[in-house]
Amino acid sequence: MAILELNNVSKSFGVGSSKIDVLSDINLKVNEGEFLAIVGFSGSGKTTLINLINGLLFPDKGEVLLKGQPITGPGPDRGVIFQNYSLLPWLSVYSNVKLAVDEVFPKMSKSDKEAHILKYIEMVNLTPAKDKKPKELSGGMRQRVSVARALAMNPEMLLMDEPLSALDALTRGSLQEEIIKIWSQDKKTAILITNDVDEGILMADRIIPLTPGPKATLGPEFKVPFDRPRDVTSINKDEQYKRLRNDILEYLMEVGATRRQTSDQKYILPDLQPVMPGRVIFGKKKYAESVKHF
Amino acid sequence: MKDKSIKTLRMIGLGFLEPLIRLFSGEEPSKNGKLFFTKALLPLLSIILFVVIWHAGATALYNSEASVRIEKARAEQGEEAAIAMQECIESGDVSCQPNTLPSPKQVFGAFQALWQDHKSISEKKAEFKDKVSATNEQREAQGLDPITYTGRPSFLDQIGTSLKTVAAGCLLAMLIAVPIGIIIGLSESLRTAMNWLIQILKPVSPVVWLLLVFMIVKTVITDPSLDKSFIISFISVGLCAMWATLVNTSIGVTNVHNEYINVAKVLKLSIGQNIFKIILPASLPLIFTGLRITVSVSWMVLIAIELLAQSPGLGSFVWEEFQNGANDSNAKIIVAMFVIGIIGFLLDRIMLSVQNMMSFNKGMA
Repeated sequence: MAILELNNVSKSFGVGSSKIDVLSDINLKVNEGEFLAIVGFSGSGKTTLINLINGLLFPDKGEVLLKGQPITGPGPDRGVIFQNYSLLPWLSVYSNVKLAVDEVFPKMSKSDKEAHILKYIEMVNLTPAKDKKPKELSGGMRQRVSVARALAMNPEMLLMDEPLSALDALTRGSLQEEIIKIWSQDKKTAILITNDVDEGILMADRIIPLTPGPKATLGPEFKVPFDRPRDVTSINKDEQYKRLRNDILEYLMEVGATRRQTSDQKYILPDLQPVMPGRVIFGKKKYAESVKHF
Repeated sequence: MKDKSIKTLRMIGLGFLEPLIRLFSGEEPSKNGKLFFTKALLPLLSIILFVVIWHAGATALYNSEASVRIEKARAEQGEEAAIAMQECIESGDVSCQPNTLPSPKQVFGAFQALWQDHKSISEKKAEFKDKVSATNEQREAQGLDPITYTGRPSFLDQIGTSLKTVAAGCLLAMLIAVPIGIIIGLSESLRTAMNWLIQILKPVSPVVWLLLVFMIVKTVITDPSLDKSFIISFISVGLCAMWATLVNTSIGVTNVHNEYINVAKVLKLSIGQNIFKIILPASLPLIFTGLRITVSVSWMVLIAIELLAQSPGLGSFVWEEFQNGANDSNAKIIVAMFVIGIIGFLLDRIMLSVQNMMSFNKGMA
């Protein structure tokens, strides 16, 4: 049974001539307990799509159904991990998580609450840093706080909006493994938005490409056949992996190329006179000037 | 120890002493010596230069005033009177001193005189307290108000009164401006509705505020035991100075980062929680910037307001000295000028360190 359903969803911003159709005709079914990755180039409307699901935005056309009910706004049943961490800089790690827990479990006793918060901070390996402020943490640690905050709300669904794209490659790799490890404990429904095909293949059960915008829409799905737990090095050597990766990339490239061909927009480039680089040598100024314009 | 004291110095705005501390601990002597020279000695040199120019200017004005007096005596009463006048001026007699810009030396003398005056007045006060302590105990037992000293206040007492007025005024400004700023920051329509009113009232002069407050307070407060002039002056100070905080608070609330708003939305925070846990902390740095401006504005308008409201304080001190026209009145006015400037500077530094403590964004990557 599909826990989340998007039917013919379109979304545009602005009015009149400045109107931009970001998403058009999106159809998507997400099954309970699956890990879905949506892959697309930057600027294709990935964040808009996730904001439609988490309830920060509403579709112009079509409907977004959560368990058969239309979404009316954000809610603690969907935990969101933002790309820019979105931690509150005046609160410590503990208080940042506590803010979420206070909202979702208002009736929990004080000691239970503390145990609950500490459990999730421990889960992301931040116990030694629990009293630090976000500015004292590295990017990877901040994103872990964000993960702990989303998980501590005990959501039915985890929405990740390019959670790792601002991190360096090493941190990225270790956090990918960690998120998968945490996810596999209770296998909640998870949607990962990413611009990295490899990340999608490593983490998700199913990958759906989002075509480049404007009027972005979802492409055909690609199933990821690897068993869990997945090992990065062995997957990397797998022929199947290479084929899958190439298929997805090729699809995205192809769509991008045809889009460019069918585009009726003409770009008029300014007529610029190139200037030759290099320094002017004494006595050769005249020569240098003569080659300046050609 | 060293790093800690440097951190404290920076916090309270005395960062220019940092090279000196590093110098004493033997850290990079040539670099820190140079830094100490540029950061601490150069400002000192400029002050010395200022005093020298002031001294030269005051001497020139003194000479020109003296020669005018002599010429006047010569023209009106003849050569003998002119010589007598010249001798009188040279002898330093109080009766015929040229009344002009006082020299630094005279101002320092006036400062010492004011200090002596303060000492003698506090002695008198202590004496008075001893004398009436027994009587006051009796009166307290009978349920009467104690007898208080009602003599002339010293210069330091007047500084104290002024600081009290400014503190009360700023507190009032904060209590009015911060809540209103938050409310109009939250609601676009309220902001547009209030905008014109704020723009019109903001540039109104302190004197007009004083008169307005006077009109209202005169009618509202009829209890003669209350210090009406103090009430009038602190309310006027508050009303003049609150606009910076009001505008800054509303800007701070309007410009809370979208990230934080999204967090509040995703967590479904209630309005109260949203204000106290997200919006207020996020706009605190701007609110404190506004309060810093409020404090310096209120100190600036205070003098004019006290002068008109007849409230005891530095403003009335300056005005009384000007009316007094005694020999050292001008010098005392200049002393008051420097005291006002230095206290204003210190207040600003205090607010700056509070502001620094509040800005969580500092050093955030």
